[in-house]
Amino acid sequence: MASMIESPLAHLSPEEIEAIGREFDAIHDEVFAELGDRDRRYIKSMIELQRRLAVLGRALLVVSRFPPACVAGTAALSMAKILENMEIGHNVLHGQWDWMNDPQIHSSTWDWDTASTAESWKHSHNYIHHTYTNIRGKDKDLGYEIMRIDPHQPWHPVYLLQPFYNVLLMALFEWGVAFHDLDLDAVRSGEKDKKQVLKELKGIWGKARRQIVKDYVAFPLLSGRRWKTTLLANATANVVRNVWAHAIIFCGHFPDQTYTFAQEEAADETKGAWYVRQLVGAANIDGGPLFHVISGNLGYQVEHHLFPDMPSTRYGEIAPRVRQICERYGLPYNSGPLGRQWGSVHRTIARLAFPGGEPRPKPGPYRGDEVRGEGELAPAAVASNGASSGNGATGRSNHEVRPSAAS
Amino acid sequence: MAERGAPPQVHPVQRRVLHAMRAFFTPLLPDDYLELVNPLWSTRELRGRIERIDHETADAVTITIRPGYAWEGHRPGQYLRIGVVVDGVHHWRAYSLTSDPGRPDGFISVTPKLYDPGVVSPYLVKHAKPGMLVRLGGVEGAFTLPDPPPAKALFVSAGSGITPIMSMLRCLAREDALDDVVHLHSARTPGDVIFGERLRELDARHPGFRLHERHTASEGRMTPDELEELCPDWREREAFLCGPAEMLDALTKRWERDGDCDRLHLERFQPIIGGEGSEGEGGTIRFARSDVDAEAGAGQPILVAGEEAGLELPFGCRMGVCHTCIGRLCSGKLRDLRSGQVATPQEGEMVRTCIHAPEGAVTIEL
Repeated sequence: MASMIESPLAHLSPEEIEAIGREFDAIHDEVFAELGDRDRRYIKSMIELQRRLAVLGRALLVVSRFPPACVAGTAALSMAKILENMEIGHNVLHGQWDWMNDPQIHSSTWDWDTASTAESWKHSHNYIHHTYTNIRGKDKDLGYEIMRIDPHQPWHPVYLLQPFYNVLLMALFEWGVAFHDLDLDAVRSGEKDKKQVLKELKGIWGKARRQIVKDYVAFPLLSGRRWKTTLLANATANVVRNVWAHAIIFCGHFPDQTYTFAQEEAADETKGAWYVRQLVGAANIDGGPLFHVISGNLGYQVEHHLFPDMPSTRYGEIAPRVRQICERYGLPYNSGPLGRQWGSVHRTIARLAFPGGEPRPKPGPYRGDEVRGEGELAPAAVASNGASSGNGATGRSNHEVRPSAAS
Repeated sequence: MAERGAPPQVHPVQRRVLHAMRAFFTPLLPDDYLELVNPLWSTRELRGRIERIDHETADAVTITIRPGYAWEGHRPGQYLRIGVVVDGVHHWRAYSLTSDPGRPDGFISVTPKLYDPGVVSPYLVKHAKPGMLVRLGGVEGAFTLPDPPPAKALFVSAGSGITPIMSMLRCLAREDALDDVVHLHSARTPGDVIFGERLRELDARHPGFRLHERHTASEGRMTPDELEELCPDWREREAFLCGPAEMLDALTKRWERDGDCDRLHLERFQPIIGGEGSEGEGGTIRFARSDVDAEAGAGQPILVAGEEAGLELPFGCRMGVCHTCIGRLCSGKLRDLRSGQVATPQEGEMVRTCIHAPEGAVTIEL
């Protein structure tokens, strides 16, 4: 279906698109040239913190009879599961830490506490979603093949139920993701052979069995007579993690601000145009440092989509430079508080359950006046990290560009 | 790309207990939590803690390491791959073990010499401290002391070529087998002799050990013809040579002329690639991750063919020792350029690109 709304790409000349590509490449290269001990210390201590939290949570649940301790144990375990999926698992599997050459913290050896196998996740997410981001009919994360999330997608009566099964999906998100990775549509269309599906199903079954045994058999057994409390707490932690992951991930591409693309629009695109598609196809969530850590830095979804293999801690640091590029080229920089982003996503899910619908109004070019996360470094500190290379198409200031300076 | 240390010698009971506990830790392993308590307890890979750093010369240090589990042992003269983290990045390098395999405390040692443009040796020589952790990889190398040791031996070494020989000498000294050993060692000045004091001490203490030091700054380099004078019965001795390529080449010629080459043992830190392995058919290499195809001539390593096709591939020693260049082989046959042997590695095996050439079409994940 042809697009009902013109993407910001249409306003850019091929030269501008190429220049944008060079600027984003330069940010990538500067950050990668700088990676070192500081980054390694971060991920090592994050992993350590996550494991300590998990031990603390499990121990409190197994040992304690005191109800507030059980609540604390559930909270610690939920937080451990959230960190494990978001800031650690997702990012390690993206290869963000592969540069360390660490045999353990490496996308080729990592596995995570979720129903998806690392292998099929890396295919469906790292490759399909991150390459064909927001291209209708190609990015299978656009509604996950079960929801109508964009007005261009044809309506079907089953979508009348999507507001309801979306709630179910929140609670069971990891299972939804695992079955989404199977890509049953591709099986139906004959793109994927049955043997592969069987292999992947076996993989999911293996992971599911081990997770179920751990959370619903082994630890409850260890808790003796209080097995029920532990079982309930473990289930709660899994649901808390699922609801949180669902919220963050749905806010990544489905808020009103984002654009989707027809396949023709993205045919033969250059690297620069790829960057622009990533930029306008994703949306950030404003928040402080704690928020960004527990959302796996996916509050910087825009930066993550520009540079999926960049260590997540660097996203906040490069965000001011990304905004400067947006401002100079008249491009939008999608961001908003969690409540607003989440609200707009669920409004869309409700509206598009019914036929029709139109693309929501878009924010237009970034003018430097948006609210931003309190957790970010001061722009001057960031500029000093990487302002040395002369890559700007127009002169880049070392300071935050004022609203009045917008083009 | 991410290489682990060697599998440690863990007691079977410990392995079984950890295995039984996996249900509580999935998808991680009990190891992942034990490591938080003590990183040496990893049962997945052997690690070691640096116990001592001893300065041998201005630019060489001996690093004494306590392995996390019982040391499996090595043959004197072999080298060990060591993994260290420098500015956040893991690097692997091979160093000759300088310790006696039968050391009673179970420690091992290596003696790196500073190579300024490098990454790992400057780190080990200048920044390593007791308490730091290293990963311990496999032990390799065929330049070893025979068992039982030869009745008459000649060691010829220069510079850091002393390192594998030191392990041999220590082993011989412990076994009280330094009965008839001549050692010709060259270094720039007396102060540049790595293990100088220990060698001189051995010389003083063991009547059967004769050390001849050559200080090349004042006396010039030793020539093969001087052998007659320095060790007249060299033809009757089992000879072990380790040092720069020119020295090895010159001495090898001497042996070829009128010695017994079966009694000659060499350690070349630079293997001759393109010797026996240079036949072969070459082939096409598909670098899957880079999405590049390259053509390799007969005897051309995958690494070189990739570089000529414009790729920036990882590499380290370029001699098959450090494993920095490894990539996952998806399909195809390879020729080992050191031995000329052709083999079909298992699908998904990690292979070293610097010492392997394609034999026909291959695909590698790099």
